[in-house]
Amino acid sequence: MDEILEILEKDARATVEDIAKMLKKKPEAIRQAIKKYEKEGAILKYKAVINRELIKDADAEVRALIEVNITPQKDLGFDKIAERIYSFPEVSSCYLISGTYDLLLVVEGKDLHTVARFVAEKLAPSEHVRGTATHFLLKKYKEDGVILKHREENKRIAISY
Amino acid sequence: MKNIISKKVQDMQPSGIRAFFDLVLGMKDVISLGVGEPDFVTPWNVREAGIYSLEQGFTSYTSNKGLYKLRLGISRYLKSRHGLDYCPDEEILITVGVSEGIDLVFRSIIEPGDKILIPSPGYVSYGPVSELAGGISVYIDTKNDGFKLTPKALEKNIDKKTKALILNYPSNPTGVSYTKKELSEINKVLLKHKILCITDEVYGDLTYDFEHTPFTTLSGAKNNTVYLDGFSKSYAMTGWRVGFACGPKEIIAAMTKIHQYTIMCVAITSQMAAAEALVSGRRAVDEMKREYKRRRELVIDGLNKLGLVCAKPQGAFYAFPCIKNTGMKALEFAEKLLKEEKVAVVPGTAFGREYDDYIRISYASSFENLKDSLSRIERFSKRRVK
Repeated sequence: MDEILEILEKDARATVEDIAKMLKKKPEAIRQAIKKYEKEGAILKYKAVINRELIKDADAEVRALIEVNITPQKDLGFDKIAERIYSFPEVSSCYLISGTYDLLLVVEGKDLHTVARFVAEKLAPSEHVRGTATHFLLKKYKEDGVILKHREENKRIAISY
Repeated sequence: MKNIISKKVQDMQPSGIRAFFDLVLGMKDVISLGVGEPDFVTPWNVREAGIYSLEQGFTSYTSNKGLYKLRLGISRYLKSRHGLDYCPDEEILITVGVSEGIDLVFRSIIEPGDKILIPSPGYVSYGPVSELAGGISVYIDTKNDGFKLTPKALEKNIDKKTKALILNYPSNPTGVSYTKKELSEINKVLLKHKILCITDEVYGDLTYDFEHTPFTTLSGAKNNTVYLDGFSKSYAMTGWRVGFACGPKEIIAAMTKIHQYTIMCVAITSQMAAAEALVSGRRAVDEMKREYKRRRELVIDGLNKLGLVCAKPQGAFYAFPCIKNTGMKALEFAEKLLKEEKVAVVPGTAFGREYDDYIRISYASSFENLKDSLSRIERFSKRRVK
């Protein structure tokens, strides 16, 4: 993978100038490359990773992993039905997977009741959905490679040869 | 009390910048660019292997030479990566970091009065340790050759008493390294004069501009080289203290003799972890290497723009800029920078008395820290650069 992407994936706030320095290229070249990635959709958006547990006034939020069994459609396979499902704003992630069920969803809602209602009223009754199993998340330890706890302090001694 | 200490140790030069180090350690909220070790922690797979070995009850001694599993792993790794053939039974010894390897090899080969050639500036232990073994250190100044030992300078310093050269590349403190061609020239001189080559290649994996060439891969070099390496820098395992020595079996046998009486063996937990590092640690090494390389560009570019000129280091994680045009000497620069801007660097004099116009900056620190300290150094030197 292009190192520009590697750098941005780790730190979306890395500036064009910094990246140019790191890779010893002209800022203009980096700017062009990033523009191109954005245009192509290789870079979709930039966002912060927030540890909600530390936000006092964050709206309470419940997340659930939902396994969904669906009947694929002729000629369209899973894609069309997946699209119907992931278009709901409650669905934050949607994956087609191998194994005993077909889609894995991450669904978010402000409380248990909201998520349950989404499953009962929107998801389960959908045409082609044969069954669902909902697992509520209890605690988030690590997400997308980020461990959700305070940064550990450096344990090195300040001076060594 | 003074008389109880041996003359040899009394004569050893204590580090002249100890007081400065104490000053750094006593201060809070300092950004330290004075650290000679990675800012990464050991990759989790490796730490986990150490923990697991303890759970399994591996708490005993190992064979003096080190765990066979680890020696075999090293042998295979050297074969696959560099095409080297080192027999795990007779030609590899596991040491307590490269530091012990240096001590063992000097004690194994030095007769009183033998001379050891040491390119300068260099890592702090070579001189004192060779002298402790009865040798005479001959420092070869490389300042005017871009901090590289040239075949000419090498040949000029060889005489009848010269026993060995110790060559550290990529170098601490300069980060300078050698291409295969440059090494071949050095090798020719050594073979011609029958001078042993001891290499400290602990930063070898952290070479950025070209492939690192182990000295012992050069034509005719294997029987004339003791190759020292370790896990500290590349795998971010400094505190585990695991290194290894590869060389002709007579020398390894001699080193093993000393090692078995003085050290016995490296801690088994560390050896177990190191064995795992060889199996699953490469990805982490490559990732860290890419990260260091990016930081290097930032730091070198930044320093040069500030008028603190430095040669571009090809490896390790150090820059060794010249601070002459600030009008300050190394220790004064370091002390004032620490007091005024809370950035710690190591005065060049730590690596040789004559490097009073240099400081060592370690870029084994986060990008934000480096950026922050560069702007602090800028503020600091703008007040002074003439």
